[in-house]
Amino acid sequence: MLHITCPWCGPRDDNEFHYGGEAHILRPAAPEKLSDGEWAEYLFLKQNAKGPFLERWSHSAGCRQWFNVVRNTATDEIIEIYPMGELPKSPEGIKAYEGNWRRQSAAEKNAKAGVSGT
Amino acid sequence: MSGQSFRIRDKGRIDRSKPVRFTFDGKSYEGFEGDTLASALIANGVHLIGRSFKYHRPRGILAAGSEEPNALIQLGGGNKSEPNLRATQIEIFDGLEAASQNRWPCLKFDVGAVNSVFHRLFPAGFYYKTFMWPASLWLKYEHVIRHAAGLGKAPPDRDPDRYEKVHAHADVLIVGGGPAGLAAALAAGKTGARVILADETADWGGSLLSESDCEIDGKEPARWVEESVAELEAMPEVTLVKRCTITGYYDHNYLTGLERVSDHLGAAPEHTPRQRLWKIRAKRVVLATGALERPLVFTDNDRPGVMLSSAVRTYVNRYGVLPGRKTVIFTNNDDAYRTALALEDAHGRVAAIVDVRTSVTGPLADAVRAKGITVYENHGIVSVQGTQKVTSVEVMQLDANGTGVTGTAKSVNCDLIAMSGGWNPTVHLFSQSKGKLTWDTEMAAFIPGTASQALASTGACNGTMGLADSLKEGLKLGAEAAREAGHKGRAPAAPKATEPEQGGLRPLWITPGKAKLGRKGKHFVDFQNDVTAADVQLAAREGYRSVEHLKRYTTTGMGTDQGKTSNVNALAILSDVLASDIPAVGTTTFRPPYTPATIGAYTGRNVGKLFEPVRKTRIDEWARANGAKFEHVGQWMRAWYFPKQGETFRQAIDREVKAVRDGCGILDASTLGKIDIQGPDAAEFLNRIYTNAWLKLGVGRCRYGLMLKEDGMVMDDGVTTCIGENHYHMTTTTGGAANVLSWLEEWHQTEWPDLKVFFSSVTEQWSVVAINGPKSRAVLQKLCEDVDFSAEAFPFMAMKEGTVAGIPARLYRISFTGELSFEINVPARYGLALWEALMEAGKEFDITPYGTETMHVLRAEKGFIIVGQETDGTVNPLDLGMDWIVSKKKPDFVGKRSLERESMASPDRKQLVGLLTEDPQTVLPEGGHVVEKLKPEPPMEMLGHVTSSYYSPNCGRSIAMALIKGGHARHGQTLHVPLEDKVVKVTVTEPRFFDLEGERIDG
Repeated sequence: MLHITCPWCGPRDDNEFHYGGEAHILRPAAPEKLSDGEWAEYLFLKQNAKGPFLERWSHSAGCRQWFNVVRNTATDEIIEIYPMGELPKSPEGIKAYEGNWRRQSAAEKNAKAGVSGT
Repeated sequence: MSGQSFRIRDKGRIDRSKPVRFTFDGKSYEGFEGDTLASALIANGVHLIGRSFKYHRPRGILAAGSEEPNALIQLGGGNKSEPNLRATQIEIFDGLEAASQNRWPCLKFDVGAVNSVFHRLFPAGFYYKTFMWPASLWLKYEHVIRHAAGLGKAPPDRDPDRYEKVHAHADVLIVGGGPAGLAAALAAGKTGARVILADETADWGGSLLSESDCEIDGKEPARWVEESVAELEAMPEVTLVKRCTITGYYDHNYLTGLERVSDHLGAAPEHTPRQRLWKIRAKRVVLATGALERPLVFTDNDRPGVMLSSAVRTYVNRYGVLPGRKTVIFTNNDDAYRTALALEDAHGRVAAIVDVRTSVTGPLADAVRAKGITVYENHGIVSVQGTQKVTSVEVMQLDANGTGVTGTAKSVNCDLIAMSGGWNPTVHLFSQSKGKLTWDTEMAAFIPGTASQALASTGACNGTMGLADSLKEGLKLGAEAAREAGHKGRAPAAPKATEPEQGGLRPLWITPGKAKLGRKGKHFVDFQNDVTAADVQLAAREGYRSVEHLKRYTTTGMGTDQGKTSNVNALAILSDVLASDIPAVGTTTFRPPYTPATIGAYTGRNVGKLFEPVRKTRIDEWARANGAKFEHVGQWMRAWYFPKQGETFRQAIDREVKAVRDGCGILDASTLGKIDIQGPDAAEFLNRIYTNAWLKLGVGRCRYGLMLKEDGMVMDDGVTTCIGENHYHMTTTTGGAANVLSWLEEWHQTEWPDLKVFFSSVTEQWSVVAINGPKSRAVLQKLCEDVDFSAEAFPFMAMKEGTVAGIPARLYRISFTGELSFEINVPARYGLALWEALMEAGKEFDITPYGTETMHVLRAEKGFIIVGQETDGTVNPLDLGMDWIVSKKKPDFVGKRSLERESMASPDRKQLVGLLTEDPQTVLPEGGHVVEKLKPEPPMEMLGHVTSSYYSPNCGRSIAMALIKGGHARHGQTLHVPLEDKVVKVTVTEPRFFDLEGERIDG
């Protein structure tokens, strides 16, 4: 069982948490401008990483807050925990973020054109 | 000493003043407190303990610990009975009842043993080769095979015992209470760290309790153990747990342990569980799990009386029993010579030592020779006589490369063979922790390599075999672990330890016999699964070259012992056939649990009523007192219907359903999910989450909303009301409440954190009573003076605050029945008072309480969907004919873009329709499949299935809804629902059956 440090409540067993899948999937600001294929990329395609992976968790049986985690999927090592709306600061996290195919996707460009921040 | 003729007078840690009586296969025996079942049986000269899994060969005791593959026992009777326990771990108590397994009709004469005669018919992969064709008969074969080849029997009914769980946090968890583990605990404990030390046996000391030839600081090892344990017990932060097997090593240093709290007492004392599951999170773990001795693979090495050499020493020194009066020792290393000396010391004769090494020297060999014991160098055992107990062996000289034998066979009489093939460090937990193993050529064994969690291995499990080295290493690693966990301190000085010096071993993975391998006798590799060296070689020749495939094909390493004694031998033989290195072949994956664990312990107290919490409304007790039948809706218990005396289910429902439409019905709707939503951006948030428009909903007005997932499929529905400026009250389905709250939180926190809006679950804060029917206004008016109930002043889909029966209330004029209806929300604690007041006021109108079943019939008459019944995550609003609620004007909402995909409006999708049966009295079963082209038997092309089906007394006939391929275009068509015993002809209609014009809503 993973031991996850909730930014609000401290270290807890993973059965207090809910897994939220890949992080930093920006919702397109103007979905109507995307083709069905581009929309499907946003909606269905997920990174299947072996190694550092950026993902979302929520402390569902605690404070109910969402946050981001950099976890090595091969070893389950938790490398970094950081708030929603921010980007990773660890070298592994930065590399995983920048190397993600999604950074170049039409859906992400659409999202960034419409809203500020990350 | 009645009967215990193999008891050694002056040895052992048993308590001779406390005799214990027990039975084995119905026969009564005596042992002493401190005995295991295995040692007590040996004391009584009993060596035939069970029959093997496949060949039903007679089997005895191989080991003295949890690695025992043969001596499996069914303990106790009735529902307390437990199968597959190892006789070597069972502590005896007065009245213990043990039985052998896998024998019929009795242990000494077993019919299944014919399997052994026909062994040529049972090669590796036998079941796969023989019984997989024709596939349809496998079920029948399997039934017979399961009967013939099995282990113990599961108890017939509920487990009557009590189990507990404990959650523990440790700075340092130390697994194993032998010399290295005790040393680690002493060093870690002295720093003040919070230490847990667990051992799977009943006694501290591990291997030290089996040795008589070593000293620690000039003392007997058992003495050092006593002093060390006393020192540990005096440390307030140290917890010692005996009889606790650490069964699993999971992520982030999370380990589970199974403590057998009272199994050794027979019956659990009051307030004591049978077993306790430990869930331990440790900052650092020190593994001191020891090593397991390897058997040698020689002809008929499974006969009762063939035992691991170290186990023989344990029985002699720890339990004071003699496993044989005349022993042949068969070894490839020096350690077995210690067994020879221990036996001699206990007045057991050693007939010979057979050693595969070409030249044996050193202090142990000298000591043995000085006793006049013959040592056959470069020899092997080529045959074993005696099927139910060893009577003699034949030994022959090995040829130059050890693959054959030469010269003439010498026969040696004996009743015990003590064998030693070297040691396998117990790396199971290390491996479970995802650590990488490395091959140690000198030991010819896998030892821990790179760790991937915060742990250290010490002592024999780390390949550190000497006593002095183990103690030193244990102290060092214990102190280190404590420091890494944040404590200060240095390792204490290591005690002085002496023991006989040992030389190296000769790995000889198969001892050749007189005939070709597989002929004239069997070389067993895996005793529990009856896998022989010939089986392993055959599998390799047939192409099972991966060790994982070999395992599954031959079943080696499976079963309750998971190959503790067999794995390395098997893969060494495999690598030999493949002409590959052992480390290149690798091991199979070690998985938890280390030894079998009772499922009851994992369940703990979460059984029966404590399996899951039951949620009850404040009106529950009234419903119970008034004869309601209940049903589970999620965790809620909801009143299902209220039968009057003598009424059938159908009569009760018909009465309730009619009463609502003719007069007035009352329903406890408290379980509906309720979420309080506040904040200046609440309306904007709802507008993005729901499919329809929410920005212009006035205060005191209600609106029905549909939520989609981002893929465009229906997720939940409910009515949301504007309570005040920036304040909304959302209702959800009963079962969906928690999910919807999480859904809202997720969108808010992760996608739209800029919106100022807050959500609170208020499901438990409100009791809700719904009154439905043309007379509901009249009932309510009697109890409420401050609300104008006229249709103009209090229109449909409006909310008013007022006082009902003196209770402050929110009244919602919403309807799930199509009738004039009010849902009265009061603070939860007034729920029962409100209900009783309404029942009293409604008496003159013949107010009728109803439950969920009537609610379902009434909504189905009107064609209202239930999310989760008419939908299943693949149904979109267009499929339901609910495009009226999907905004065309809003630029975006969750699910909008997906819903715009062409295929989402495809006429071929499954769409919601009504079904009317040809015979109005026939009620279709929900889930029934609908077909167009009827065939005499399946398969037929299925168009969809019935989602809801009831008898409607208001329509005077049965009604049903269904999801049918292309359903919207099929109105008027005749289709079929084939059932087990008949075919029902149905006509497709609109999914609405009653009050089609909606005229009843104002009463």
